[in-house]
Amino acid sequence: MTGQTLYDKIWDAHLVGERADGNSLIYIDLQLLHEVTSPQAFEGLGLAKRGLWRVDANLATPDHNVPTDRREQGLAGITDSVALEQVITLDKNCTAHGVEQFDILDQRQGIVHVVGPEQGATLPGMTIVCGDSHTSTHGAFAALAQGIGTSEVEHVMATQCLVQNKAKNFAIDVAGKLAPGVYAKDLIMLIIGKLGTAGATGYTIEYRGSAIRELTMEGRMTVCNMSIEAGARAGLVAVDATTTDYVKGRPFAPSGDLWAQAQQYWQTLHSDGDASFDTVLNLDAADVIPQVSWGTSPEMVAGIDGVVPDPSNMNDPNQAEAATHALKYMQLEPNQAMTAIQLDRIFIGSCTNARIEDLRAAADVVRGRKVARGIGEALIVPGSGLVKAQAEQEGLALIFVDAGFQWRAAGCSMCLGMNPDQLGPGEHCASTSNRNFEGRQGFGGRTHLVSPAMAAAAAIAGHFVDVREML
Amino acid sequence: MQAFTTHQGTVAPLDRVNVDTDQIIPKQYLKSIRRTGFGDYLFDSWRFLDPGEIGMTPNERQINHDFVLNQAAFQGASVLLARQNFGCGSSREHAVWALLEFGFQVVIAPSFADIFYGNCFKNSLLPIVLEETIIGELFSQVHAEGLELKVDLAAQTITSSAGRSLPFAIEPGLKNKMLNGLDDIEMTLVERELIETYEAAHRVRQPWLFRPSRPVLDHGDLEKGDQEQGKQEQGKQEQGKQEQGKQEQGESA
Repeated sequence: MTGQTLYDKIWDAHLVGERADGNSLIYIDLQLLHEVTSPQAFEGLGLAKRGLWRVDANLATPDHNVPTDRREQGLAGITDSVALEQVITLDKNCTAHGVEQFDILDQRQGIVHVVGPEQGATLPGMTIVCGDSHTSTHGAFAALAQGIGTSEVEHVMATQCLVQNKAKNFAIDVAGKLAPGVYAKDLIMLIIGKLGTAGATGYTIEYRGSAIRELTMEGRMTVCNMSIEAGARAGLVAVDATTTDYVKGRPFAPSGDLWAQAQQYWQTLHSDGDASFDTVLNLDAADVIPQVSWGTSPEMVAGIDGVVPDPSNMNDPNQAEAATHALKYMQLEPNQAMTAIQLDRIFIGSCTNARIEDLRAAADVVRGRKVARGIGEALIVPGSGLVKAQAEQEGLALIFVDAGFQWRAAGCSMCLGMNPDQLGPGEHCASTSNRNFEGRQGFGGRTHLVSPAMAAAAAIAGHFVDVREML
Repeated sequence: MQAFTTHQGTVAPLDRVNVDTDQIIPKQYLKSIRRTGFGDYLFDSWRFLDPGEIGMTPNERQINHDFVLNQAAFQGASVLLARQNFGCGSSREHAVWALLEFGFQVVIAPSFADIFYGNCFKNSLLPIVLEETIIGELFSQVHAEGLELKVDLAAQTITSSAGRSLPFAIEPGLKNKMLNGLDDIEMTLVERELIETYEAAHRVRQPWLFRPSRPVLDHGDLEKGDQEQGKQEQGKQEQGKQEQGKQEQGESA
């Protein structure tokens, strides 16, 4: 018998049953809730006179449309009445159903995908869902974590299960070690550029190899976070000492005898040596350099030493058409050097890159320098209230403020511009978020995805530069 | 859920790859707590030239006459012809709600993003996958003379007004659910005992996944239990909040 992949193991451990039609019923250990995709699910639950199957398997926090300034005012700081109603609805639903929530005034509030791991609510071997496609983030802990739609949110609320077909296994093996000035973000952007945004549709990706093992938990979360940008619902990294060291002692993590028991089980959470994958991609970390996106899809990326591609050189007519359209929207010329792209705004934040390590990397570049004159606004939005507090304690906040950055409160912020943090029409933004879709950060806004260090470097220079020259 | 059996309608072409759910329904409309009211904002930044806000009607907007769905030939179209990886990006089910409310009941593409595809089947929007070459032919046909299609889910065929019939594949479970308008939650709750049996064994195997401070409720008495539990938990939360916040601040390094 051939061995099992990590995905096979977690899947089997959560298989409740298989139906005659080929679908499976999978048990869900944790559902993370936020204000945007949960109200209709709670409403549906109420209309059907159903309750939560397991209250303790849910954890909530508002993140998508909370403002990042005037936080001390709590709900009163939300000037948008429609957004306010949504945040209040989450409060009411959590109270009515007994769901633990870190509300807008709680220091533990933040982006769900930062909060779960930070609290130790995210544990190895779990199945995790959330009405948000970046739930794949939690796969860094060898948890099978997937984004789901609102109907599925309601389904998990009512049954603690998900109806699914098993995905195929995709191994991405990265040998070597990332060079200084090259980060997890650059690696995953390069991977998406190679695979395309549908390259891993129908798969669960396992990230393996020495370059992945060398990453911190923050780095692994950044990689898994963007699995969905390659089409995969879930990404995974096997458990090792880095994983368990991170989890140990966190508020929701097991302790004492339970910790010992859990840790013993977690040691099995890796693919067997003879496990077979349906698809394998081998990469060498030495080939990864800082990446910048130039278009309106996360697959449209180039190295910082490269140029904006020329659609007329593309073989696939659909891709050429998409690139032509993207360049028109982005107001970029074919063969323009990436370093020649001038910027109007900087955004350092999001579930991809708003953890303490991300802020440290950005601060290392910013220290002792000033934001360029041409930059209208440079925002730093920590991923949670606790990340914010820690960064203040470490003196990072001062470094940013001295340089001319704005230091904000936690939330999704300009990653998707549901709150007041938005790009203006035509503005170019160096952003540490995950999607450069048209209008994503604001109507007519032009997003360039980069690592926190690259965003910091761009803030100082006013245009993209190779951060390796600034370290 | 409404059943889907057959549908006949005009085809509108959306000739772009990787149409993401941010385009299908932009973020500012996701602030609604309802399942309805999204149709007016479908493909908002392509259909209109001005930025929109929740509550605005199409009459108040600047129409983008160049956009395909605003052209006279495609008014009232109910079948959307799209390119590969339709519905990629965000998991927002609002994208499906917006398409349906605008009037689309079928989307045909060479491939769909996973989460979007799943969301379609929760709402009776039929996603049909056809080969890239066939999709190309359909685009040519729509552009040349327009196209009216009849979709028969039971027979798994689409038939053009000229009589050309094409088969499509669909997973039997999803087909059955759509044909009969079955409710997922009801279907799963039929297996309640199976879930309970699994859960009890799972609790023995991985007890750390169950938080002792939050006992599992008696499923037979959920509504009452929920309310009481809610009050208790709220009290506990308020008490523990400040203390825990401080404790975590020191630990998260």
